[in-house]
Amino acid sequence: MTTLGAGLILQLVLASLAVITALTVTPAWRARATGTLSTLLALSGLATGALAMTGATGGIRIPVALPMDALILAPDRLGGLFMVIVSFVGLLVSIYGISSANGPATSRTAWAALPIFLVGMQLVPAATDSVSFLLAWEIMTLGSTVLLMADHASRVTVASAGIWYSAMSQLSFFLVLAGFAVMAAATGGTSFATMATIESGSWAANLAFVLFLLGFGGKAELVPLHVWVPRVLPEAPSHVSAAMSGAMVKIGVYGALLVLVRLLPEAPPWWGILIMVLGGASALYGILQASVSSDLKVLLAYSTTENMGLVFLGLGASVLLRSYDATAAADAALIAALLLAVSHAVFKATLFLGAGAIIHATGQRSLDQLGGLGSRMPLTALSFGIASLGAAAIPVTSGFVAEWMLLQSLIHGGRLDGEVVSVAASVAMPLAVAVIALTAGLALLTFVKAYGIAFLARPRSSAAALAREVPPLMRFSLLLGALGVLALGLIPGPVAAVVAGTLGDETARAAVPVGLGGVALPGIDAVLDPVMLVVLSALVLIPILIATVVSARKHPERINALPWGGGGSRARPRMQYTATSYAEPLVRVFDDVLKPSRDVQVTHVGESRYLVERVKIEQRVSDVIETRLYRPVLNLLQRYGIVARHAANGSIHRYLTYSFVAFLIVLIVVSL
Amino acid sequence: MNWSAIIIALVQVVLFVFLAPLLVGVMRQVRARVSGRVGAGIWQPWRDVRKLLRKDPVRAQDSSWMLWAGPVALLVSSLLLCVLLPLVGTIPFALIPSDLFVIVSVMLIGVVALALVGLDGGTAFGGMGSSRHMTVAALVEPTFLLSVYALSIPAGTSTLSLIVQTRLDTPEIIISPVSVLAIVALAIAIMAETNRLPVDNPGTHLELTMLHEAMVIESSGRDLAWLELGSWLKLAALLGLVANLVAPWGVVTDFSLLALLIGVVTIGVKVLLLGVVLAVGEVFLAKVRLFQVPELLAGSFALAFLAVTASYLVA
Repeated sequence: MTTLGAGLILQLVLASLAVITALTVTPAWRARATGTLSTLLALSGLATGALAMTGATGGIRIPVALPMDALILAPDRLGGLFMVIVSFVGLLVSIYGISSANGPATSRTAWAALPIFLVGMQLVPAATDSVSFLLAWEIMTLGSTVLLMADHASRVTVASAGIWYSAMSQLSFFLVLAGFAVMAAATGGTSFATMATIESGSWAANLAFVLFLLGFGGKAELVPLHVWVPRVLPEAPSHVSAAMSGAMVKIGVYGALLVLVRLLPEAPPWWGILIMVLGGASALYGILQASVSSDLKVLLAYSTTENMGLVFLGLGASVLLRSYDATAAADAALIAALLLAVSHAVFKATLFLGAGAIIHATGQRSLDQLGGLGSRMPLTALSFGIASLGAAAIPVTSGFVAEWMLLQSLIHGGRLDGEVVSVAASVAMPLAVAVIALTAGLALLTFVKAYGIAFLARPRSSAAALAREVPPLMRFSLLLGALGVLALGLIPGPVAAVVAGTLGDETARAAVPVGLGGVALPGIDAVLDPVMLVVLSALVLIPILIATVVSARKHPERINALPWGGGGSRARPRMQYTATSYAEPLVRVFDDVLKPSRDVQVTHVGESRYLVERVKIEQRVSDVIETRLYRPVLNLLQRYGIVARHAANGSIHRYLTYSFVAFLIVLIVVSL
Repeated sequence: MNWSAIIIALVQVVLFVFLAPLLVGVMRQVRARVSGRVGAGIWQPWRDVRKLLRKDPVRAQDSSWMLWAGPVALLVSSLLLCVLLPLVGTIPFALIPSDLFVIVSVMLIGVVALALVGLDGGTAFGGMGSSRHMTVAALVEPTFLLSVYALSIPAGTSTLSLIVQTRLDTPEIIISPVSVLAIVALAIAIMAETNRLPVDNPGTHLELTMLHEAMVIESSGRDLAWLELGSWLKLAALLGLVANLVAPWGVVTDFSLLALLIGVVTIGVKVLLLGVVLAVGEVFLAKVRLFQVPELLAGSFALAFLAVTASYLVA
């Protein structure tokens, strides 16, 4: 057996051990024992993935009695990369979960589901045939559904989220299954190697592509299949939402890559345009919803839709450019998409864990009730702040490098040797740049709002005023995530080179390390060295700091209740801007897209029409796609259900008649 | 290491730290004179900074380190702009070229720092200014990127130094329709980005009109000094960029002492001239309503998009 195979078996063994421990150990030790085993599981996944990334071959073979190919788990280099991504998030989540899980999330079932979820995610990228792929996929979905449902007994919203999640994840599953079925029918095999022999440009290839795009897009939270996201991610326990958003959606990206790189590499231009449209729409819609949301976890959930939209935008651009032979730009776009996926895993997991820390300390999810947490929870504030910079793509974080590379590939993609590659590309590229720029701007607003309202100024509620820093293991996990965000941003060169290497030897040449951890894209003449940027900033910072310190020594700061307060003398926390008011201008600007509903109640003093005792204003922004696309379908189904109820009234005679008629119809059809 | 790039960067920083307050002084003086006032003189901003550094900063209770770190971050971001932009010369660093996207991100560090300072005071004004500021910043960014993208197409690179260089070598592209459209869009974006009329009125403290002033209203002492200096530097650097895109003559391409001297003098004159034009224009402009700003920005975005697609499909 090869080392890789041993690693995979170790993962399976550790996962089973963790499940057994969760079911048997007493509640007092359950979290520690299962959490530690899950941590080990994540570590073994990291090691196996890293091994696969270096090009190691081998794996495990599971023979089956059914008349089909044996199941083979043997990750290739790309699969190894995704194993590393999901395992790193799994590591953060397992460590964090040991001290964060409380209430129903500490039950036997909930703890048993975590290793199942983790191992499912780790095995999907290891699959080399569609059957094992789908099996691992379902293990992952099963684990996550159980974890999500942990708190269903006490909160009705969890139950509703569970139904949405099950329905949408099964929809994804069936679409992917249908995609594989089409491929298998066309090529006569269930292994990826056989499927890749499909004739490019055939109707089967096109049909399979559309099915795969919708299926994997649903898992990766693309609009309009994202409706489960704003319900599920906020309702799950925070370490679970971190795992779902940081790791599970990456499996959707892996699926898309599997299709576009391995199974159907020769793509016509319209595939690229379709992916770009879906990705661009998701990016814009997701960030718009995130920017107006005042629930911290809903905000992060919608922001995931945005980030995945950008990843797919990159994938689509790469497909489009490759179909026009603009290989250098296409490679850069592909690497950028992968880098974005890697960095999103790290910063979004950290952000969700940070949100979990806030909930742990205050019991509040609504930004409007927070404030002033920076001085009460300094380490959480630091990690959340760094991860926010990553999400807003500010230097020197991982998100910035990925977005920079994506933009570079787009602006160099329109032309090849000074010639315009195609009309489609020369319209698509500027539009994509504009979409990315607008999303980046809105993401900036979103995360300034999230960080500024939660951590700065005065607490807006007593819960926030009484907040305390979270336990050490949670802090450790948060800091590890924040360090990851910084490290990926400071040394993008080696990271990009490794990521590019997993796509194949030709792509590996598209991104090379340069300088002090910087990255160069030789094909499109772009260089960036973040460490040098830090050095430059440090150089210009020195004189400012000297001046500040000299001035501070002579003129110390004075703390005042409120220096100006706009002329008022009462400084009340209620006077501060809230998350809702912060987003108000944006809601007005994008009124047509967001369709907010406002409810203003004015209570007058006594008989007066002019003196107001209190004004209550409530503003809600609902998901337009849910209300306009899904509601009508659901209403139709419900109406059908009500009508169909009459057909099944419990009378045995009626049922016998149905069976008889059905039997008759079958006989007639068969005899035709 | 290319020493000429380092020397030019150093000269740019020193020059602009000197030039930025002067530019603001000149602009205020011009506005005062054109609207019939005497004005405080062109050195007043310098005196203001000196005065502020000698005062005790007063900070709000419950505020965090952001109140002193934010202003420093804004100033660093503005100084980095002065280092990276092709102002005096077009010789880029080897490892951090004056890349369009890097420049915009560096600028956004300052935007974020300012917005957080506005929130940290914990007053309604600060939050209001911060919220408006970020809304405008989000809407400006597409125009900003697309207009420079349009300018980058003839040069074949997103490095601003090389774009300026290309325009210097082939001056006829400066007056091409594509370039004019892009420059107009860029100018509108810069006006919005630096909080000038018609988006923000830098001269007032009325709650309906404030964007920038509302964010810095709680700052004092050296905090306010750094915030003001940072904003002035950003204005001066971006005006310098526009000036060099419209009239690239005089910038240093081959390093020599004489060329450096000419470069310093020409960029100084160009920035001040542009400042005077801007100040005179502002006297005759009214601030638009906050909720009409998006329309203005959408217009400029349309111009920029037109410029990009035209340069692909026509040229």
